[in-house]
Amino acid sequence: MSSKPTKVYFYGTCLVDLFFPDAGMAGIQLLREAGLEVIFPQGQTCCGQPAFNCGYWEEARDVARTQVALFPQDLPVILPSGSCAGMMKVHYPELFHGQPDEAKVRAFSARVFELTQFLVEVLDVKLKDLGEPVKVTWHSSCHAVRDLGLKGEPQSLIGQLSNVTLAPLAREHECCGFGGTFSVRQPEISGAMSCDKAADAEATGASVVLSTDGGCLLNVNGTLEAKQSPLRVQHIAEFLWERTHAR
Amino acid sequence: MHVESEIHFRDAAAKALLDPQLRANFRRAMDGLISKRRAQFPDPRDLQDLRDLSTAIRSRSLLNLPDLLEQLEASCRKNGIQVHWAETCEQANELILGLLQAKGAKTLVKGKSMVSEEMHLNAFLESKGIEALESDLGEYIIQLDGETPSHIIMPAIHKNKDQIARQFSQKIKDAKYTEDVDELTAMARKVLRQKFLDADAGLSGVNFAVAETGTLCLVENEGNGRMSTHVPPLHIAVMGLEKVVARLEDVAPLYSILTRSATGQAVSTYFNLISGPRGTGEKDGPQEVHLVILDNGRSRIYADPQLRATLRCIRCGACMNHCPVYTRVGGHAYEAVYPGPIGKILTPQMEGVGVRHDLIHGSSLCGACAEVCPVEIPIPEILVRLRREATHEDAGSKVEGRGTGRTATEDWAWRLWAGVLKRPTLYRLAAWFATRFGKALPTGAPLIKDWTRTRTKPVPARRSLQERMRAEGARHD
Repeated sequence: MSSKPTKVYFYGTCLVDLFFPDAGMAGIQLLREAGLEVIFPQGQTCCGQPAFNCGYWEEARDVARTQVALFPQDLPVILPSGSCAGMMKVHYPELFHGQPDEAKVRAFSARVFELTQFLVEVLDVKLKDLGEPVKVTWHSSCHAVRDLGLKGEPQSLIGQLSNVTLAPLAREHECCGFGGTFSVRQPEISGAMSCDKAADAEATGASVVLSTDGGCLLNVNGTLEAKQSPLRVQHIAEFLWERTHAR
Repeated sequence: MHVESEIHFRDAAAKALLDPQLRANFRRAMDGLISKRRAQFPDPRDLQDLRDLSTAIRSRSLLNLPDLLEQLEASCRKNGIQVHWAETCEQANELILGLLQAKGAKTLVKGKSMVSEEMHLNAFLESKGIEALESDLGEYIIQLDGETPSHIIMPAIHKNKDQIARQFSQKIKDAKYTEDVDELTAMARKVLRQKFLDADAGLSGVNFAVAETGTLCLVENEGNGRMSTHVPPLHIAVMGLEKVVARLEDVAPLYSILTRSATGQAVSTYFNLISGPRGTGEKDGPQEVHLVILDNGRSRIYADPQLRATLRCIRCGACMNHCPVYTRVGGHAYEAVYPGPIGKILTPQMEGVGVRHDLIHGSSLCGACAEVCPVEIPIPEILVRLRREATHEDAGSKVEGRGTGRTATEDWAWRLWAGVLKRPTLYRLAAWFATRFGKALPTGAPLIKDWTRTRTKPVPARRSLQERMRAEGARHD
């Protein structure tokens, strides 16, 4: 995209909608602050990833179709999630391969962006840190990196904040164990992965873990809370918004 | 028709997770392998170039597979290697038994071969009165305990030094207890050296078979591969039919990416190029060399354009080294010859997606495997395809056991899921209830019960994002 757009769509995702609405609001505010008009279509539900991953493609398509229809204008679609953005951008074309509406879906997929990717690559935002000194660590979500190909955009945004120190997380690229239905189909393995991730995060000495994905947030936060750790995972949008606005 | 799996990865994994020694052994070993591999590929562009080249070589080999196999057979024959074809493991076992019996062979010394594991060759031969002794140190260690490999290239990786020290002192005649690695290795060496000299026949696997030259390539670190294939008078090599490459020059990049991906070695200690039996006037080498080419479901995998990528595998094991699931549960929990990510796509295709439903769902689809695979096998994509095949029969699909993993409960659940999510008003209603009453859901409710084993119950926000945006009157057209 050569020129900066003036309007964008925002797709909240079901996990942010139900569990992390503050992160969604923060994402919208960050886009507005960059001078964009944000259109938030009502009628959003879920990108369809759970059914897609479990092999129920017909059901996934039914849901995906209703979502694509909400974004008719040729505008970027911004998601505060690497996993759902990966689903819409990378896996929708697979899901609709050979379907009568494949071309329409492909055109939609081409417009999909993960929030931090859009803030850095398209908007090239400049952030001014207004917060107290703090040490944070970064958990990279599997699908943001491997499906979507994020190459350090979130870290570069964190790097712009003068009072924030980014502590490296051991095995940063290892899955936190969420994996959607994996977390309940294989609760023992998933739980072991989550506990290890929580322990690695605690070992950094950071006071907050940042991530792009609602799934990782729900999983690692639930694990940290269960082990009565004071540490929490926060969505990066919410963190960036808080740091750049004095309360 | 739904097939109930008799094998449960979840149960076996849960048991493995309770063994702190096992978990520590795997974590330490896998962390070491990850960093050794990383050190071999300092430049990501060089790595990507080599992956692209290796993927292209393997894809091209598969594209011409039937022709290359015919060419391989002709080239081998010219070199004096006798070629045999086996559609099933039973046929391959009988073939090998026949070859051994024809020579009156009573003892067989084996270099490492996963295909022979696939055939359960050792047990078969033992039932026929023939001793099959593993000579790869790792294989030797597990054979002493009657175990199967827990990793495709490091079969005894589930054991640490102390465990092996105890085992050797109990199982090897006249062995004293020592934790010194050199002394332990020397003990095994002493036993094996005599076995190489006494064995009536040797068996090996094949890493690459070159069609144009009829050369069998064997990668190894201990010299046991060379001993097994050169000292006994009869050498039998076994390979899956996908192992063929067109030209000798195809081998160099594959060999390089294999050792670097597998053990983080620039080259292996030994690399054998076997091109036939002992020639006239030559002083060593076997009198007869046979190559057994096994199908065992590979032709069926080959027939599917997407699933064919499974056969690109060069068996480096990098996918398991980097797998967060494998690292925690180890290879035995898979109850399959091939564990880890490659096993999760290969085993169900061989045994049936219904009966191995447990394996295809034993992944978080994190993609770490595909990221490191030297031949870019899209393992998560294939897992999703197999999940679909397990519950739905795609038109024209040849997948073993397709449609046999389907249950009425799961069908019903996804229909309900889609029924709500494709109707925004229903979703809105569900979201309203979740935000108001989600807190009240009992911890013992299905799904929540599994979730809360290690986590607190997820509590929805008091108002959804949509609700807040509606209240704000945001533009929504």
